[in-house]
Amino acid sequence: MNRTYELMFIVRPDMVEEEQDKLISTLETAVTSSGGNVKSVEKMGKRRLAYMVRRFHDGIYVLLTVEGGGGLIHELERRLRVTEPVIKFITVRIDEEQKRLDKIKAIRDARRKTPPAPPTTPAPTAEAGGETPAATA
Amino acid sequence: MAEEIRAMAAAAHGSPVGERPAGGDRPSGGDRPSGGGDRSDRGERRPPRPGGPGGREGGRKYFRRKKVCKFCVEKIEAINYKDVRLLAQFVAESGKIVPRRLTGVCTPHQRRLSAAIKQARNIALLPFAGRAS
Repeated sequence: MNRTYELMFIVRPDMVEEEQDKLISTLETAVTSSGGNVKSVEKMGKRRLAYMVRRFHDGIYVLLTVEGGGGLIHELERRLRVTEPVIKFITVRIDEEQKRLDKIKAIRDARRKTPPAPPTTPAPTAEAGGETPAATA
Repeated sequence: MAEEIRAMAAAAHGSPVGERPAGGDRPSGGDRPSGGGDRSDRGERRPPRPGGPGGREGGRKYFRRKKVCKFCVEKIEAINYKDVRLLAQFVAESGKIVPRRLTGVCTPHQRRLSAAIKQARNIALLPFAGRAS
């Protein structure tokens, strides 16, 4: 039961680079010790916040992609909550969405390979009609 | 008096107006086929023209384009909360999610879109109210 999650969090804008790295590495160790693994870490840099959060107008965004179960996420969120410089975070499960996208992509690729000969006289309408259900699926 | 004239005009256009839906005019947003006659003064509605059912685009001067779902047309499948540029197109100045009837987004995509916008709001990528400061 391995799930993929995206953990995005914002730290206060005056946090120095080393401290960010330290925070990220502690999170990484927490992930590995709970039996998950970190797929990627991305520092998205300083951004303007859309609204004020804890009297800050800017924040440093960090994106973490992890694999693991729900217990791991629970632990990570608890850690983020108690970590003082973290001002906001969100966890999004992405594996199901990714599966859906892969499926659509596979269908499109298959359609792209086969079409050379098909008897599609009313091509645009047939294409549009066929494409919409695929998008909804 | 004006009412009478309008009524007459409507009667005069009665038959072509009645035929229009069959001519494939319905999907272009004209959900009131009989309203075409007396709304001609607005301009953006269709002018009082007995255009045949065949004249789809050529005949009318003020043709209201059919709204299409951006995601279906451009085949954008991934509606992600991180993609602020994309989401911002569907958020009004006030921060509200723009309704489907204005943007033309199809129902399944609007569902995903609104979910993504709400996630983006939660992580301060989009505002809850007002424009991004």
